[in-house]
Amino acid sequence: MLEIEDIQHILLTRAPAMTGRYEFLSFKDAAAGRAWLEEIRGKVHSAAAARASVETDKRWITVAFTWNGLRTLGLDETSLASFPEEFRQGMVARSAMLGDTGESHPDKWVGGLASPELHAIVILFARDEPERARCQAEHAGLLARCKGVTVLSTLDLQATPPFDHAHDHFGYRDRMSQPAIEGSGDEPTPGSGAPLKPGEFILGYPDENGAPFAPPQPDVLSRNGSFMAYRRLEEHVGKFRDFLNQNGKTVEERELIAAKLMGRWRSGAPLVLAPEQDDPALAADPQRSNDFNYKTQDPHGYAVPLGSHIRRMNPRDTGANMNRRRMIRRGATYGTHLPDDATDDGTERGIAAFVICASLIRQFEFAQNVWINDKNFHELGNERDPIIGTQDGTLEFKIPRRPIRKTITGLPAFTTVRGGAYFFLPGLKALAWLAGNGNGKDS
Amino acid sequence: MTHATNGNTWTKPAAMAIPKEGYHMLENGRYGPLYPRTPANHGFTIIAKVQKGREQAVREYGKTIEGAIAGSPDALAVLKLHYLRWVLFDIDGSTYFMYQGIFDTDFDKYTEDAIALFTSLGVNTVFENLEGFPKDWKTNAPAFIKFVRDHQRPSFLEYGEYPYVTADEIKKALRLKEKFSEMLDQMQ
Repeated sequence: MLEIEDIQHILLTRAPAMTGRYEFLSFKDAAAGRAWLEEIRGKVHSAAAARASVETDKRWITVAFTWNGLRTLGLDETSLASFPEEFRQGMVARSAMLGDTGESHPDKWVGGLASPELHAIVILFARDEPERARCQAEHAGLLARCKGVTVLSTLDLQATPPFDHAHDHFGYRDRMSQPAIEGSGDEPTPGSGAPLKPGEFILGYPDENGAPFAPPQPDVLSRNGSFMAYRRLEEHVGKFRDFLNQNGKTVEERELIAAKLMGRWRSGAPLVLAPEQDDPALAADPQRSNDFNYKTQDPHGYAVPLGSHIRRMNPRDTGANMNRRRMIRRGATYGTHLPDDATDDGTERGIAAFVICASLIRQFEFAQNVWINDKNFHELGNERDPIIGTQDGTLEFKIPRRPIRKTITGLPAFTTVRGGAYFFLPGLKALAWLAGNGNGKDS
Repeated sequence: MTHATNGNTWTKPAAMAIPKEGYHMLENGRYGPLYPRTPANHGFTIIAKVQKGREQAVREYGKTIEGAIAGSPDALAVLKLHYLRWVLFDIDGSTYFMYQGIFDTDFDKYTEDAIALFTSLGVNTVFENLEGFPKDWKTNAPAFIKFVRDHQRPSFLEYGEYPYVTADEIKKALRLKEKFSEMLDQMQ
């Protein structure tokens, strides 16, 4: 049984938020961090609480810590050493392997995210703007009382129009495919695979390989916790639209190119099921919109190019050990919407997302290093993920077609990583323990 | 150092000398240094001491793997292999096991897949006859990976008569040749 009254809501539920804010914090010392945590932890929803009150609640809070944050909170050396190496090192140290180079290099990150002084994140998802403003003021009040806790940076979230479905600044519909967790009560949509063992995402439970291996210690700290990779990804909307215009003479051609890069039409309709033209009704029907595979339905990529984004992020029946590679995605867009007819205004806009998994190295880093950035994925030779891969203008994107494939050369970078971090997402009891009811009692 | 397989690279035999570290320039994968793709493609050579008296047990695994592949020829497909070579040899009265693989992908990338595969195929227990192999390897992937990396002996020279060609490309070429021969036969 999942202890849903102890698991932070973000792991299992998606808040119906239209806005929100991330605040990145630094603790002067353990006392400061614990005092802040003791006050805020009561506002963190469990999955059970979020489910019970999702219709009436207006705000949802998540709290998570970097390894440096846990150390500053006074966690003892044995416990600190029991965390996986990639988490201890942090995202900055892993940047070369993750492909965060060039414009995406940590030296260029914003908001102090590359700093070892980054200790914690507070995620606020709010139903509307007044609620966000109210929560923001309330947290400012808390921080004013907690001397020694400083804000490194903040990021305001903002849904982009049209508001009837979630999508990014490029216009791609989001949230099309998400794994379901056994025992969570969520039914996977057709095509999403059987529910996965909770240990793939939540520490302390059996995973797809059987009993979980050595979670961080003590158990009270790790149980019902998870790891989160944060990515602040700027989307260069003007450059993306210019690219579509250069590669498509008509609206139809431009939409098809956009669809080929993603593997779905911008509506969300999958190319495997709608290869010739968009099908918004299919996109809006969760019983059908994810119900496809590749090995039998599109082995050569005539519908979904072998190097397209969704084929890399989830190769489905063409990848090995897929159940050990799945991830939960949460997050939102930030920055203003760039109207369709406007030229790029130079404002930063993008996606600020979290990848949640039990093992950063086996799930998030594998996806980043192998699926997204391996130039030879599916024997492609000279490609990376066209949407979020490391692009420097020298790589290509091949679109299989009969009789002769189309090869786009010199693919530009449509996105840039502007920051990121690895966080540990404790359960509610662990938050209490970290705040003082156990942590540091022996020191 | 990367080499594309396009063009006529394969027509010109090539050799590559490799520095002592096993790479020309340090580039880390998820678990440690990546070794370069050479004219003989990617590969590893793992050498470890066999526990006393277990030589025969190791040798018998040759038959186990032969049977596994006969029953399920695609069993190792995910590893993108060209060849495996298992060798036993003696130094100063101790027996050592050499596991050499030539494949088309850096082994860092598919480490976890390899472990899962070894478990499912029963290759597992051959390693259990080696000194220093983690007893809890089935659940302790990091320890398994550390053992492999600690016992990896990088090449200092690799040669390819048809450099940088992948197993898939070879199979495609042979299939084409077969089809072509068939067509010629039918035209007679």
